[in-house]
Amino acid sequence: MAKRNMVQALNLALDQEMKRDDRVVVLGEDVGVDGGVFRVTDGLYDKYGGSRVIDTPLAEAAILGSAIGMALAGLRPVAEIQFSGFSYLISAQLECHASRYRSRSQGVWTVPLVVRMPYGGGVRALEHHSESREATFAHFPGVKVVIPSDPRNARALLAAAIRDPDPVIFMEPTRSYRAFREEVPDEEEAMEIGKAQVVQEGTDLTLIAWGAMMRPALQAATEVLEARGAKVEVIDLLTISPLDASTVVSSVERTGRCVVVQEAPRSFGVASEIIATINDHALLSLEAPVRRVTNYDVVTPYFGRELLFMPDAERIRRAVEETLDY
Amino acid sequence: MPLTEVAQFGISYLQVLDDKGNLDVNLEPRLGNDELIRLYRAMLLAREADQRMLKLQRQGRLGTFAPCTGQEAAVCGPTLAMSPKDWFVGSFRELGGRLMRGESLAQTFLYYGGYEEGNTLPASARTLPVAVPVGSQMPHAVGIAYAVKHRGEKATAVVVFFGDGATSEGDFHEALNFASVWQAPVVFICQNNHWAISVPRNKQSHSRTLAQKAVAYDMPGIQVDGNDALAMYRATREALDRAYAGKGPTLIEAITYRLMMHTTADDPKKYRSEDEVKLWWERDPIARFRRYLEGKGIWNGTMQAELENEIGNAVEAAVKEFEGRTGFKPDTPFDHVFGAPYQAIEKERAEFLARLHGRKGAGDG
Repeated sequence: MAKRNMVQALNLALDQEMKRDDRVVVLGEDVGVDGGVFRVTDGLYDKYGGSRVIDTPLAEAAILGSAIGMALAGLRPVAEIQFSGFSYLISAQLECHASRYRSRSQGVWTVPLVVRMPYGGGVRALEHHSESREATFAHFPGVKVVIPSDPRNARALLAAAIRDPDPVIFMEPTRSYRAFREEVPDEEEAMEIGKAQVVQEGTDLTLIAWGAMMRPALQAATEVLEARGAKVEVIDLLTISPLDASTVVSSVERTGRCVVVQEAPRSFGVASEIIATINDHALLSLEAPVRRVTNYDVVTPYFGRELLFMPDAERIRRAVEETLDY
Repeated sequence: MPLTEVAQFGISYLQVLDDKGNLDVNLEPRLGNDELIRLYRAMLLAREADQRMLKLQRQGRLGTFAPCTGQEAAVCGPTLAMSPKDWFVGSFRELGGRLMRGESLAQTFLYYGGYEEGNTLPASARTLPVAVPVGSQMPHAVGIAYAVKHRGEKATAVVVFFGDGATSEGDFHEALNFASVWQAPVVFICQNNHWAISVPRNKQSHSRTLAQKAVAYDMPGIQVDGNDALAMYRATREALDRAYAGKGPTLIEAITYRLMMHTTADDPKKYRSEDEVKLWWERDPIARFRRYLEGKGIWNGTMQAELENEIGNAVEAAVKEFEGRTGFKPDTPFDHVFGAPYQAIEKERAEFLARLHGRKGAGDG
């Protein structure tokens, strides 16, 4: 057992998966000799060699396109897109092929691959380095979208994603990369994809978040408990798609109140999908409208203003209290 | 300082059998009679199937498809050069090659009849399904070739087909670049059929040849008479041998012509002249190859009549098999979203089936 930050935890997952399965290869820009711009693949090149840790030319579409070919031929590629802001170039390969080979061939051809990408704001980065576009990927049937929130689940989910039989978009909250450390067991650990986790039990309100929004959500829950003794149940979504509706619905059925926190712009997002799911299955349990705490429907501002736009503990706490008081 | 030349490039053109039937015996590939006749049959079968599919489509018994008439040599020649260990990565105009790789015509009809069940060649056939978005299959070929090289598989390569229009796509350039950097065992075969729907070759690219695009990636590029099955075989054989020997990728530009429409959804009369089409009918790859077989004394009118009869029966039987296949399970698409069932999707399946079976209270949501 050792304390690790998320970068170290992800590196551990890659190392362990490459060790246990020689079909696993890592590819992307600067992932080899440099160890990745965030150091997630650090040391793998020396350990496993350039044929398994591949410094590719700079072309995102072909990184996914060639990874699809590798997967069709029996490898288990883990592709890195250096920043999610450059991931739109993979969209055609994702929509036209990665998501479809299984269905197109009635299960004869499958594409077990992972596309890792850092995403999200709060790190004072240049334009195109701070977006949160999980809903875009979640809209492709046949693609799984996974977002860890802490070092331990980052390691366990990445291991599961690499072992998964289908394409997984694995979005890593840049803000959480080095923000904190926690115990991550040295032994292999994998978490089931498709399951949300109740990280804090409560009876008065369900608070749902994912990725970098988990820490302000937990902080808001603590503040509400201290201020007025209200017990907030906090759910970490972990898998965006396919959505774990039953964990969400059963919690809301018990608490009758819900707030969803989303780093992305408000409209057409994951929060909307969660609220629609609650409407479908738990509407009559609701004591108050479900609130969203989100970014705004604006082009992602440069970092000088970004914190004014992103959800934070203060905004979340206010939405929780208003929903409790409704 | 005077300029110094740092590199020099040239593009060659390969033809073994010209459209007048003249044969360059020095370039003639050493193929057994059985192989030559197999190649001829494949081309003729593809042609006959194409014509039958057009009728079926016009009668509403088949969906839209992309005819291959005129381009049989450009695909069947290379496919003859491939071993079962080689991977076949196609686009959507390689019918003859797919049939040679083991696809049945009934499967083809099923695919164009609107059912994924047409795409079920076993993985061991190493033949990927049709890829519709132009050029998008090219990086897959490169990734497969990377895996082949990484695992040290002997005498194995990947052949990928695409059209002249695809050379304008980013996927084309990225695939060639990756293949070259990785020295991956890939043979890129561009079926330059002169037309990307209504856009002619000269509006697609200002390059004098498409083969020269290989130069930018420092791989061999060659222009080949794509209506000459022997030349296509020979060029592919050489490219495959280079790939097997670890010498990386090759780009082959097959000069051919689409004698019919892009797909059954367009009318070529709107954008090209009848004279041009007539000129290319005179270069028909199948007629040319038949003259070659006859010149060798291994083919005659009786054999031709027998083959036509056999192919006619095979096509008819395939139509029957295709149209006799009914009772498709309606909820199959739910089976293949992911490798394991997920509650959210299974709930939708139950809702879908309840609606189809008209259960009371079954509705959307």
